[in-house]
Amino acid sequence: MNNGKVRVPLVHISRRSALPWYKAWAIRGIAIVLALIVCGILTTLLTGEDPIQIYISMLDGAFGTSRRIWVLLQNIAILLCVSLALTPAFKMRFWNIGGEGQILAGCLATAACMICLDEVLPNWLLIAVMLVASLLAGGIWGLIPAFFKAKWNTNETLFTLMMNYVAIQLVAFFIIIWESPVGSGNVGIINQQSQAGWLPMIGTNRYMLNVLIVAVITVLMYVYLKYTKHGYEISVVGESERTARYVGIKVERVIMRTMLISGALCGLAGFLLVAGTDHTITTTISDNRGFTAVMVSWLAKFSPIFMVFATFLIVFLDRGASEIASDFGLNEAFGDILTGVILFFIIGCEFFITYQLHFRGRHAKEAAENV
Amino acid sequence: MDGKTAAVQMRDITKSFGSVKANDKVWLDIYKGEILALLGENGSGKTTLMNMLSGIYYPDEGQIYVDGREVVIRSPKDAFDLGIGMIHQHFKLVDVLTAAENIILGLPGKGKLDIKSVAAKVREISERYGFEVDPMQKVYDMSVSQKQTVEIVKVLYRGADILILDEPTAVLTPQETDKLFAVLRNMRDDGKAIVIITHKLHEVEELSDRVAILRHGHFVGDMPTKKTNAGEMTNMMVGRPVVLNIDRPEPKNPQRRLEVKHLTVQDEDGVTKLDDVSFVAYSGEILGVAGISGSGQKELLESIAGLHRAEGGSIIYVDPETGAEEELIGKDPRDISDMGVALSFVPEDRLGMGLVGDMDLSDNMMLRSFRRGRGFFTDRKSPHKLAERVVEELDVNTPSIETPVRRLSGGNVQKVLVGREISSAPTVLLTAYAVRGLDINSSYTIYELINKQKARGVAVVYVGEDLDVLLELCDRILVLCGGKVSGLIPGRGATKRRVGLMMTKLGGGTEDE
Repeated sequence: MNNGKVRVPLVHISRRSALPWYKAWAIRGIAIVLALIVCGILTTLLTGEDPIQIYISMLDGAFGTSRRIWVLLQNIAILLCVSLALTPAFKMRFWNIGGEGQILAGCLATAACMICLDEVLPNWLLIAVMLVASLLAGGIWGLIPAFFKAKWNTNETLFTLMMNYVAIQLVAFFIIIWESPVGSGNVGIINQQSQAGWLPMIGTNRYMLNVLIVAVITVLMYVYLKYTKHGYEISVVGESERTARYVGIKVERVIMRTMLISGALCGLAGFLLVAGTDHTITTTISDNRGFTAVMVSWLAKFSPIFMVFATFLIVFLDRGASEIASDFGLNEAFGDILTGVILFFIIGCEFFITYQLHFRGRHAKEAAENV
Repeated sequence: MDGKTAAVQMRDITKSFGSVKANDKVWLDIYKGEILALLGENGSGKTTLMNMLSGIYYPDEGQIYVDGREVVIRSPKDAFDLGIGMIHQHFKLVDVLTAAENIILGLPGKGKLDIKSVAAKVREISERYGFEVDPMQKVYDMSVSQKQTVEIVKVLYRGADILILDEPTAVLTPQETDKLFAVLRNMRDDGKAIVIITHKLHEVEELSDRVAILRHGHFVGDMPTKKTNAGEMTNMMVGRPVVLNIDRPEPKNPQRRLEVKHLTVQDEDGVTKLDDVSFVAYSGEILGVAGISGSGQKELLESIAGLHRAEGGSIIYVDPETGAEEELIGKDPRDISDMGVALSFVPEDRLGMGLVGDMDLSDNMMLRSFRRGRGFFTDRKSPHKLAERVVEELDVNTPSIETPVRRLSGGNVQKVLVGREISSAPTVLLTAYAVRGLDINSSYTIYELINKQKARGVAVVYVGEDLDVLLELCDRILVLCGGKVSGLIPGRGATKRRVGLMMTKLGGGTEDE
């Protein structure tokens, strides 16, 4: 018999069956620890700073003062709101990357109401009108690509993306109209004197209401996706359109309805931004959240509960990174490098949760003589 | 063993998927100049074993010897280099290319493509084994059996000496099957080693020289085909005695339940798929629909269920209680299913229609019933109970109700689907390919289920691939040929030859052809 060299591959990959949840979380935990170690080494190598100091500075940037904590929470609330908004669409495998545009549509509607209806309506009614207008505006912005997708099967990725630019141009156009003071190129604080249409403070806390509203939406979205007929239809359409048709689900209607909801919630995020925090409108007011939220939604595997943690992580890294930059006089880009490394590990560890590596084992040679 | 040389020896092959051992220390020998039938129930590990031989999976443990030399097969290319070729159930051909172009696709060659010499070699192979293939024919012009021929020639062209065929006869007419078998015998006589995976025992008896049986991932035994019989093989596969009989009680009190009149249907490209089809389905009887795949079976069932637009004709449903007649064409699929017309269509990939792979059993049960929940919310309790009942009654092999159906083996997936449709207590049960790829034991469970529905007075329309079963199970058989009705004959007394001829030629031509 030929006893020539047998090349057993060093490593081969196979798919895991379900992994118990605690093991999956252990893997994720290890990934974060590894990420922090790698970041530490990188920091020392590149800047010569003490990595421990850098981490302390990051924590300080996020939690250092109660104001910082509230800013952190406010940022989490808005990003979470957008992520929740996009989730039903992505769960339906509808690639809604038009979050930016839908947020801007909501912002624009809110700002328009604040500017045009100031002193026309009592404050509570004004806020109610602003809310409805922002939901409608965002909803319509989401519904347009959905309608074309449902009727003529257009590509929603391109369509929603293009709708972003339309929204940006619209906002730019109205900024010129509402310019104040004239020639400044921006709108300035809307209703600075009257504070008409500003969301009320709870106690002395300006951001509390935003946080509470988003907390309620999180719970509602969880229930909507998990326990309602709509949520069930969304999952079926997302997993298999043919099956959905076979059981008599009206796929077109589900697509349009879901995008209406998705867009409306993005519009709500716009409302919270304009009425709750910024009290002005710019073309960059959404700060790319429409795109960041796509990542959050996938990272959390469309679970509203995990989404809370995912947004916390992203916002914390972002706040921490800018703090490092100012504390140590480093370039802003350095914070981004650290954020990138951490995200790489977190997303990369999903591979080890789904797949298993087999290394060259002991059993390879033993039975060779039997033949 | 009487001077045969082993082409492949597999030793102690073990392969696990997570906690499930698909193969556990399997030994298998494949000899030159022999046709080996590999038998086993669904999920017994046949395909997994063969996939390891053809380089799709890599074994966790064990050795493979080809021509007495230990080898490592890491990829399909490694397998090809060793002369191992597998013909899968789903053909992997490029439609717009010719047979010859498909055959040399992916092969290394010189800069200039010499299609003539390729064609010559293809013809030479065809003549040698008795294939009928035109190297210059485009694949989209080919019938299923011609495509299969191209797949086989492709493997031979690459110099394979060991051929593995995964359920090759599932999509063929009896006549085409005979041709395929003749070719396989020629190849065997030429010294090739052939493995076929099949569930049809009469084919095993007709074709193979030796059978090897797997059960639950273990190798149970092998023996010369001559020394065994269908009963013994089944018992070895299942692990206990099984009775192989399909009951066919006389229909009780048949009533007109569904009448299709002059139905004409086109697909999206405007090609006529059904042409002036008329028939009546009665309660308490099983109406079989036979035909080469793609003869309009799918369109027929989908039109009845309201999922396909009809160009003309009418479909009348007769209410069993009031006797009122209702036109189904133009109705919403949801309303049709609420009226009691249930459709279970098992597609080639088993999951695409009717089930959602990533959802668990209970959520899949909900597909039919989720609208019944109170108000805005879904009712999750009754689907869960239904899932438990189906698992118990149909003996579905699943770790739990919460397992995504994608993780189940094919047979179990089908039990879930058929079980759900039957549970809706339909008055008309449309079922297509209900036993597609199912092992004997599961198939008989399904036949029993269908017979129970018949006894309940349901009008069953059964689209099937296996003519032997159609002939045994159905009260009447509607034969489709190219979208037209080729004939409607009583199931009792019909012969396979007659139905086979009707499938290929309108009316079946002359009997003594």
